[in-house]
Amino acid sequence: MAWEPVIGLECHLQVRTNTKMFCGCPVAFGDEPNTHTCPVCLGLPGALPRVNAAAIDAAVSLGLALGCDVRSESVFARKNYFYPDMPKNYQVTQYDRPLCEGGALPAVVDGALRRFALTRIHCEEDAGKSFHPERHGDVRISRVEFNRAGTPLLEMVTEPVLRSPAECTAFLLSLRRLVRWLGLSDGDMEKAQLRCDANVSLRPAGTPGLGVKTEIKNLNSIKGVERGVAAEIARQAALLDEGGAVVQATLLYDADHDRLAVMRTKEDAHDYRYFPEPDLPVLRLEAGRLDAARAALPELPWAREERFASAYGLPGYDAAVLTEARDLSDYFEACAREADAKLASNWIMVEVLRVLKERGWSLARWAERVPPERLRAFLSKVGTKALPGPLAKQVFAWMADEDGTPDELLARHGVRVQASADDLRPLVRRVLEEHPEAVAQFLEGKGVTFGFLVGRVMKASGGQAVPQVVQALLREELAARGAGS
Amino acid sequence: MAIDDAEVRRIAALARLEIADEDLHHVAVQLSAVLEFAATLNALDLEGCEPTTFAPAGEPLRADAPDGRTLGAEDVLAGAPEVRDGCFVVPIIVENVNP
Amino acid sequence: MSAAADAWRLSAASVAEAVRSRALDPVDAAASGWDGPARRWERDVHAVAHSDPAARHSAARDARTDGPLAGVPVLVKDNLCTTDYPTTCGSRILAGWHAPYEATVVRRLREAGGVVVGKANMDEFAMGSSTEFSCYGPTRNPWDLDRVPGGSSGGSAAAVAYGLVPLALGSDTGGSVRQPAAFCGVYGLKPTYGRLSRYGLVAFGSSLDQVGLFARHAGDVAMLYAALAGPDPFDATSRPGPAPDVSPWDAGVAGLRFGWPANLWEKGVDAPIVAGLERSAAALERAGATRVPLEFRPGDAGVAAYYLVATAEASSNLARFDGVRYGRRAAGATDVFDLYTRTRSEGFGPEVRRRILLGTYALSSGYYDAYYLKAQRARTRIRREFAAAFGRCDLLLLPTAPTLPFRLGEKVDDPLAMYLSDVFTIGANLAGLPGLSVPAGLSPEGLPVGVQLLAPEDGEPALLRAARAIEVDGDAARLPRGHEREVAWPGSR
Repeated sequence: MAWEPVIGLECHLQVRTNTKMFCGCPVAFGDEPNTHTCPVCLGLPGALPRVNAAAIDAAVSLGLALGCDVRSESVFARKNYFYPDMPKNYQVTQYDRPLCEGGALPAVVDGALRRFALTRIHCEEDAGKSFHPERHGDVRISRVEFNRAGTPLLEMVTEPVLRSPAECTAFLLSLRRLVRWLGLSDGDMEKAQLRCDANVSLRPAGTPGLGVKTEIKNLNSIKGVERGVAAEIARQAALLDEGGAVVQATLLYDADHDRLAVMRTKEDAHDYRYFPEPDLPVLRLEAGRLDAARAALPELPWAREERFASAYGLPGYDAAVLTEARDLSDYFEACAREADAKLASNWIMVEVLRVLKERGWSLARWAERVPPERLRAFLSKVGTKALPGPLAKQVFAWMADEDGTPDELLARHGVRVQASADDLRPLVRRVLEEHPEAVAQFLEGKGVTFGFLVGRVMKASGGQAVPQVVQALLREELAARGAGS
Repeated sequence: MAIDDAEVRRIAALARLEIADEDLHHVAVQLSAVLEFAATLNALDLEGCEPTTFAPAGEPLRADAPDGRTLGAEDVLAGAPEVRDGCFVVPIIVENVNP
Repeated sequence: MSAAADAWRLSAASVAEAVRSRALDPVDAAASGWDGPARRWERDVHAVAHSDPAARHSAARDARTDGPLAGVPVLVKDNLCTTDYPTTCGSRILAGWHAPYEATVVRRLREAGGVVVGKANMDEFAMGSSTEFSCYGPTRNPWDLDRVPGGSSGGSAAAVAYGLVPLALGSDTGGSVRQPAAFCGVYGLKPTYGRLSRYGLVAFGSSLDQVGLFARHAGDVAMLYAALAGPDPFDATSRPGPAPDVSPWDAGVAGLRFGWPANLWEKGVDAPIVAGLERSAAALERAGATRVPLEFRPGDAGVAAYYLVATAEASSNLARFDGVRYGRRAAGATDVFDLYTRTRSEGFGPEVRRRILLGTYALSSGYYDAYYLKAQRARTRIRREFAAAFGRCDLLLLPTAPTLPFRLGEKVDDPLAMYLSDVFTIGANLAGLPGLSVPAGLSPEGLPVGVQLLAPEDGEPALLRAARAIEVDGDAARLPRGHEREVAWPGSR
């Protein structure tokens, strides 16, 4: 039986704000426990929440970018359940009237741009942190601390429109790119800035209904999501093929062993007793605020990716790499203006990114040293062949550390581009005279290639000769010798 | 009765309250009386009455800046029943994953 | 008797004036209530949950002597966070807890010069109408020690009534300030929802709770209100814009119309209370107000709506009491969820547990629409009824409680009967309106009679003007002329 997977994702994104969702405590990580808490995020008796404008703005930006309906009136609600990392034993979230509904996230799957429909996006608060159980004497305890409690989260739920582990990966990569693009978050799953649960069910291929779904948790990386979803699809398929039935359950994915374990079944499902949060008034966003947010949106990554391909004639691969980050794409665009776009693309994709990686630099740091105008000047020299390959790379490396035009850098380092035939002819002749056997073999058509000879000349020139000039001279000299013998 | 003993047990579990077996029925009777009284709501004509919400004019949002209320760890932990390494201590949490 | 020793007899306004003019030391003002009436009354009445001579002394010594409340001693209900006394809400579950922060109203009180002299006894977590449900034992009514002072702010009301302090703070969710004020013969104001900050008030029914004020003089209520009211950036439900100006509290009631919903007391209301209503109405008319007879039916449905909304919100608000971060923790728990159950079952009293169960039920899956949601819709209906009534009048005059103070133990085992006695007060909480209980004389047996004034939102100025008119009218009751007066204490007639 051919089974079609039906997958929905539920993502929680930590928004990068200065302070928490409902209080003015700083959002900070890695510090001493319980040093960024106050009566509100500790859930002390008598404390009350106040909504962080920046968190709402983040949700609105994300919602508008994804084409959601952003509600002018939305409602906060309490989700009631007991857990030690929840100081109030309820979470303030949104239920009935969330901030954003509908919309879709574009993502490229197998070279085609798809749009994955969303159900909703809303704001809520994160829980504190509980540590794994420890043993103290004959007692087993857990420790809890609340620096993280109250951190703003955006919850995003997709419609059950994903159909494979690969689509999940594409979705998450696109989402991560977008949230970085908008400056909302780094979206790094390993740092728990983006968390993702998956709902998975199977149905016979080509049928419209929905099978029983399970929920997978503890997917801690994009790879983990892909593998966990794949494991669950396989598990359900095997079960159904045997004639068994899928039981609605929550499963934990164990990445180390690529295994799923049941955490709880439907019978234990919580009754969250949602009701509107009485401590927060209905959230009203005036049209002016929404209009301003819409106007402030930058060109979105998928739109820019498409534009780079069409306007600059770049291959899809290049466009994707260059639009991986907003600052990178801005840099490219500035460099590609009135210049050879493909050349700029190659140098940025390969050489700039390599430097960033090797040196651990941000693009901003690179751009300080090599602003777009400077790279443009360099590229135009390369483009007109005035700067041959190996020399170009050398000059590029110098530009990262030193000021000056390419000519100034060459002069400073005592390197000259040898491009004139008059300069190079003596060198070519000398090389040919130093390698008589090679020349003889080449002229007989045996074993020695033209490229080899070119290489000898280039080496003798210390890489400073322009290859095309060398090639032309070599042809002339060899022809002369050949004709002579 | 609006609410029976079994239902009281279920609600008590949701609220993390324990009711002694000998008290269960008495509690059920008292709660039932109140819930049956709640039926007086049905006498009201609620046509066109949406649930009361609270939406005052004025700025509902606060700026994304500290507000001077962050406490020092000593204050936070001062009233705590049990503390270790700057954290609150609880007996073991059975499932150690955030739902 | 020296002036300092008699300071407890003064109105709050007089104390403040004396302190500002250096005629009275705040330390003496604070000590006066404890050295005088407390010696006679506190052991029997038990209004105070926490106090301490050293702390009183240092609060008085540090008091600002130039503010509107300069040196005035104030008792604060035990569910308002203070840093110098425990905040335990009358509950074992918070035994010994010291809040690391102060409620906004307490902070404003101190900034105005007020001296916090202790915490008042209360029904546990403000759930009760008699102050019989405190883990510290009951408070008794100074007018008759066999009777309740009302609740849940019974300690605050009783302390003002017997002269321990001229001012006290309480909280009112369904009448918990107004009803004890009526039972104890003092003024009790519940402001417009949002006019006094709830930041630092331990929440019971969030959409209903308000901090409330107790005093023996209408002018003192106005003074305390003016010092504390106004928006608070820490409370999102606080009403924006400046609080209504209550300085014309003595401006009289000429031209004011008061609604007279006599249908409400056709039956079920004690005769002395009806007599008090008649006296108050006559006083208002003599002062130039117009009586507007009308029919008004908050009815039993209001009580049902109130109890469903209040307990639902409470069941959620009280979930945080779990023995993890503060308060009492039960021993012998096998895992954390067991800890919760033991801590809460041992730490909460029976009335609190009952209401948590009720509220949990009203919110639970399958019942939400029938109970909580329906109650919130009924609330909208009730608000409209008030709005309609206030289309015809500026104030409503009606009973505060249907009965005179009842005896201790009389209603403890009948929760429904206790709830039904809130029938006249819950309306103001459901609708977010201000309400003031006004002393209106004594019954033939010498028990206090209180009547209630209700106004539209931000109608506090009208409430106080009407209260003042009743106060100065000779016929209305044994009440003040001018600021300084001899208080008629229980038994001292």
